[in-house]
Amino acid sequence: MLKKICSALLCAGLVLGLSGCHGSVGQKPFQMPEEFDTARQYEITFWAKNDTNKTQTDIYKKAIADFEALYPNIHVTMRLYTDYGRIYNDVITNISTNTTPNVCITYPDHIATYMTGRNSVVCLDELFSDERYGLGGSEVRFRAPGESQIIPKFLEECMIDGRHYAIPYMRSTEACYINKTYVEALGYTLPEELTWDFIWEVSEAAVAKNQDGTFRLNGQNVMIPFLYKSTDNMMIQMLRQKQAGYSTQEGDILLFHDTTKELLTTIAAHTQTGAFSTFKISGYPANFLNAGQCVFAIDSTAGATWMGSDAPLVDISEDKLVQFETAVMPIPQFDPENPVMISQGPSICVFNKEDPQEVLASWLFAQYLLTDQVQIAYAQTEGYVPVTTSAQQNPEYQDYLSRGGEDDNVYYDIKIQATKLLLDHTDQTFVTPVFNGSASLRDAAGHLIEDVTNSVKRKFTVDDAYLEKLFSDTSSLYHLDQVGGITSLRPADKAEMGKLPLPSVILLSVLLGAWLIILSCVLYTWKKGKNKSNPSVTH
Amino acid sequence: MKRSIRTAVSLSLSLALSVFALTGCGNGSADDSAAEGVMTHEEYMAAANDDQVVIDTYVQAKQSWWEDKATIYAQSKDGAYFIYNMACSEEDYAKLTPGTKIRVTGYKTEWSGEIEIAEGATFEILSGDSYIAEPTDVTALLGTDELINHQNEFVSFQGMTVEPSTDANGNEAAFLYSYDGSGEDGSDLYFNVSYNGNTYTFTIESYLCDSTTDVYNAVKALNVGDVINMEGFLYWYEGVNPHITSVTSAQ
Repeated sequence: MLKKICSALLCAGLVLGLSGCHGSVGQKPFQMPEEFDTARQYEITFWAKNDTNKTQTDIYKKAIADFEALYPNIHVTMRLYTDYGRIYNDVITNISTNTTPNVCITYPDHIATYMTGRNSVVCLDELFSDERYGLGGSEVRFRAPGESQIIPKFLEECMIDGRHYAIPYMRSTEACYINKTYVEALGYTLPEELTWDFIWEVSEAAVAKNQDGTFRLNGQNVMIPFLYKSTDNMMIQMLRQKQAGYSTQEGDILLFHDTTKELLTTIAAHTQTGAFSTFKISGYPANFLNAGQCVFAIDSTAGATWMGSDAPLVDISEDKLVQFETAVMPIPQFDPENPVMISQGPSICVFNKEDPQEVLASWLFAQYLLTDQVQIAYAQTEGYVPVTTSAQQNPEYQDYLSRGGEDDNVYYDIKIQATKLLLDHTDQTFVTPVFNGSASLRDAAGHLIEDVTNSVKRKFTVDDAYLEKLFSDTSSLYHLDQVGGITSLRPADKAEMGKLPLPSVILLSVLLGAWLIILSCVLYTWKKGKNKSNPSVTH
Repeated sequence: MKRSIRTAVSLSLSLALSVFALTGCGNGSADDSAAEGVMTHEEYMAAANDDQVVIDTYVQAKQSWWEDKATIYAQSKDGAYFIYNMACSEEDYAKLTPGTKIRVTGYKTEWSGEIEIAEGATFEILSGDSYIAEPTDVTALLGTDELINHQNEFVSFQGMTVEPSTDANGNEAAFLYSYDGSGEDGSDLYFNVSYNGNTYTFTIESYLCDSTTDVYNAVKALNVGDVINMEGFLYWYEGVNPHITSVTSAQ
C-alpha cells in the first residue's frame, strides 16, 4: 500500500514538474508557420540606428514604404537611434516586459546579452532555409539574396553558439585618415603598410614646438598628432596583431596579461609627450584632423564623410578648416606582412513574439533590408560595404565605386577609398568571440586605454603597480569575474528568475514529501526487521 | 609653459586664500567665500586642464543620469560649471534638485571647446543655503570674444529672429530634428536665430528638455520670422552652442 502511495506521489510530482517547466520563464521557441497568413494585418516595430545622417534615415523610410507596398498587410513603425548603446539599453529594459521591437539593428555582442531572456531572440536558421519564406524563398515577394549570396565571413559573424541569431546589414572597419601633407613636411614618406612604430615616430616628431609655445608643424596652440576614436577597438586590434589573449570562444577572459601591460606602457609614454589622445578625452578625431591639429586620425570607415579638407560633413567653422592632402590607409600593424583589422557594422536581429505569424512578417521585413536597392543605397551614405555578393557585384554599385572623386558628396573620394579599403581587406578582418558579457569585456578593453591616458595627463605614475591595480579595478568595474560563455548563461538566468514559480515549489515539496515517505518506509521496514531479529525485544 | 604659469598662479592664489582664511582677514560673506581647499570660480578657470579641482556650487539643471553617472549644469554666484558624467547613484540623483549645494571633486578638462569637470568626478551634498541663478542677458555679447567668459552660465537672449534652417536635402524649415534633419520627434532640435545680422544655431538638448517639455513644443511651433526671447545654458561645442530651456514670443 505504501509503495503505491509513493509511486502515485512521485508520478504526480513529475507531471506537475513537467507542466511547471513548460513556459515558466521567457517565451516558447519560434515555430515556423506552415503558411504566411496574408489575410491578417501586422503591426511591427523596427528600431533602426543611423549615423546622424539624413540620407540614411530617408533610405530606411523608403525601404519601409517599398516593403509595405509589397505587403500591404504589414505596417512597419520605425524608431530612430543614433547610438548602439541606447538601443542596447532600451532592448534590455523591454525584454523584461515582453515589449521588445520586432526587428532591431544591433551588434552580435549585444544579442548574446539579449539571449539571457529565454527565446527572446529568434534563431534564424530555420527561417534561412525555408523554401517558401527563407532567404530567396519562392513565396517572397521581392528579389531577396540566397544564403550563399551573403558574404560568408559577415554571415559567420552573426553566429552565436553555432546558430545564426542575426543577419549582417552593413559592414565597416577602421581606417587611418592621415594628413599626408604634414607627414611629408616632417620629412617622412608614407610606407606601403602603416606600422605602429611609424605612427609613434612621426607623432613624436609632430609635437616639436617653437619658442613661443606654438607647434612647429602647424603654428597653432593645439596639436594632437595621433587621435583614436574607439579605444576598445584599439586594444582589441593591438592584441590580435600581437596574437595575445583577449577571450576564448567560450567566454574566458584573457585580457589581463603582460602584453596588455606592455601596450599600455607604450601608450602612456606617448601620452606623456602629448603625441596621443582619444576621442573621449579630447574630441572627435575628424575635427582635429580638419583643423590641421592632428596627423593620424583613426576612426570607422563609416565616418569617412567627416574626414578631410573637402569633407561633405563638417563640425567646425569654415575659418578653422585647413587645406591638406588626405591619405586613407588600413590601421597600423605590428606585423605588416600579415595585417589584421576589426570587422564591425550593424546587424539585424528578429525578436520572438507569441504569434509566429508576426515573427514571420518581421523576418520578411528583415530580409527586405538585404535587397540590392537597400544595400547599395545605404552603403553609399558612408564608407560601408554591402553584405551580399549580389549588391557588391551589381553594376550600379561597381559604377559608384569607379567614380570616386567626381564630387564631394555621393562620390566623395575619401569615402570611396575607405569603402575600397574594406573590400580589399575583407579576408583580413576579424571579430571577437560573442558570449554573455562580451560587450562588457569590450568596454573594459577601451577603459584600460582611457584610464592610462587620463592618468598620465593627470600626472600619475603608470608603472607595474598601477597597471596591476588597474587590471583588478577594471575586472571588478565590468564584472568580468562574473562573465561566462553563451553555454554558461545559466547563472544570469538564475539571477533573473528571482522567486521560484508556484508549480516548481509544489513539485519540490511533493518530491521532498515523497522522499520523506520513502525514507520513513525504509526506516519502518528496517526497524521492523531489526525488532524481529532482536531477542531482547519482547511483545 | 602656459599651463605652468596657470598652475603657478592657481597655487599662489590658493596659498594666499589659505593665509587669509587662517588669519581671519577675509571680507566676503560666509556664503560667497570658498571653504578651505575649495576653489573659487576664478581659481577653477585658472587651473590647467587635467588639474584636480574642488568646487562648491549649486545645481541648476540635470541633463541626464545613466549607469550611475549624472551630467549637471551648476552655477555659483561667481561662475558656472558643467559637470559631465559625475559618479552618482540613482537615489542621489533624485536629491539633486535645482538650488542644491554640492561639493564636487574631479579633474578639469576641455572637450571640443567646452570647459568641464571630467567624467568620474565625485560629489557630496552640502546642507545650508541654496541658490538658483537669474539669467544674464548676453544677447549683445553674441559674436564677441567676451561671450566665452559666461560659458555654462544660465543666460538669456532677447529679441532674436528665427531664421530658416536647411536640412541635408536642401529643404528649409524653422527647426530641424537633429542638426541635419535626420532625427524624429524626441531627437535634439536645432534652430537658427539672428541678431544684428548674424545667425547662430541654438539647440534643444533632448536629454535636458525632452519632447514632453514646454520648450521642446515651443520650438516645434516656431515659424521663420518669429521674434523670440530665450533662456538656457551657455554650452560650447566647437563654438557657442546654447542649450535652450525656455522660448517665449518677444512680440
